[in-house]
Amino acid sequence: MNAVLHLAAVTRVHGEGAAEVHALRGVTFRAHPGELVAVMGPSGSGKSTLLTLAGGLDAPTSGSVWIEGTDLASLDNAGRARMRRTSVGYVFQDFNLIPALTAAENVALPRELDGEKGRVARRLALAALEEVGIVDLADRFPDEMSGGQQQRVAIARAIVGDRRLILADEPTGALDTDTGEEILRLLRARCDAGAAGVMVTHEARHAAWADRVVFLRDGVVVDETGVDEPDELLESAR
Amino acid sequence: MSIRQAMLAILEQGPMYGYQLRAEFEQRTGETWPLNIGQVYTTLTRLERDGLVEVVGHGGADETDEAADAGSDRQHVSYRATEAGRGEVSEWFATPVPRTQPPRDELAIKLALAVTLPGVDVGTIIQRQRTATMASLQDYTRLKRSGRAARPEEPADLAWSLVLDALVFDAEAEVRWLDHCEARLRRAATERTDVRRDAPAASTTEGAAR
Repeated sequence: MNAVLHLAAVTRVHGEGAAEVHALRGVTFRAHPGELVAVMGPSGSGKSTLLTLAGGLDAPTSGSVWIEGTDLASLDNAGRARMRRTSVGYVFQDFNLIPALTAAENVALPRELDGEKGRVARRLALAALEEVGIVDLADRFPDEMSGGQQQRVAIARAIVGDRRLILADEPTGALDTDTGEEILRLLRARCDAGAAGVMVTHEARHAAWADRVVFLRDGVVVDETGVDEPDELLESAR
Repeated sequence: MSIRQAMLAILEQGPMYGYQLRAEFEQRTGETWPLNIGQVYTTLTRLERDGLVEVVGHGGADETDEAADAGSDRQHVSYRATEAGRGEVSEWFATPVPRTQPPRDELAIKLALAVTLPGVDVGTIIQRQRTATMASLQDYTRLKRSGRAARPEEPADLAWSLVLDALVFDAEAEVRWLDHCEARLRRAATERTDVRRDAPAASTTEGAAR
């Protein structure tokens, strides 16, 4: 199994009794290296839950979540936090940058939290900013940048230190069409370079940048474009 | 759509044979709508009948091999726009494309029938269509992000990239419309169940308000 992300028969139930809500019902999902997968579905279909579980920010009620071959349930809190910092990059609709830190400091933060020396972390941050094309803005603060530039910083933060799983929640939601496409181009390039990407979006035009589009409804995968390898099909049928 | 005005607009640039005209049309529209050469000549004949183009001469040394191979006399004829033809071209560019007569939309017709005929599973039709349209959208996007549409160097590349955008936006609109149909149908189904469950105590208006 070489998937970077593997959700195996994952169910997530919120609340209890009469208030019980099945956000996901037995969803099996994989993202492989080099692959960008889009997840689409109406509100309440479970797409945000899927991303939260994939990022180890929440645990499934049943089933398991594997990142690079490790079952998240086998890790303690510290282990999961470490996994999030080293293997998973998150990109949010509203960028989620820390306003008091410069672009380079925002990007360096996950590396520093992981124990990297300040100088090394900054060098890695500059390399990541270079990759997203805004190394010249390294010492600017978020409020001195446009939305598109801030989202580039967020992407740099998500990829710094060669993380192989990028999770993006409506990454183009707050951007105009052209800027949004630039962001998709970057995500796409990162996946073409070997990362696995999972992007939640409600815009078909943006989902179309993915290799595979998965449709969720009422917590179930109802359809998907792009065909799995035959052996994959056998595997998931088992 | 009639290709009549498009052909006339190209002919306004100078006289051309049918094959040249077809090549110009396809090059300018990213080869998205291939023209059949018979269609080109039929249109030219009609344009000539209506006084919008005229024949300028027969055959020439520089005709294309393709035209020579075709062998027919008609293919050695070159056409140009008349004064009236030029007027029609300006008129065409100056007038918005009308939406008063929507083109027959097979998908809209299919769904309309599926909703009104017994025994058709509309939900499945919508889901299958959405997946298929999404797959086309992915194809257009692949074309858009690679090759000459991604880095337009000349007007024809830019034209091709804009034509691709038209296809992208069109497919996107179809997906949105399918989402909308699905949501409407589900709501309608819920309302029907609610009304049935609440009957006869609750009125239908209460059921519909939910």
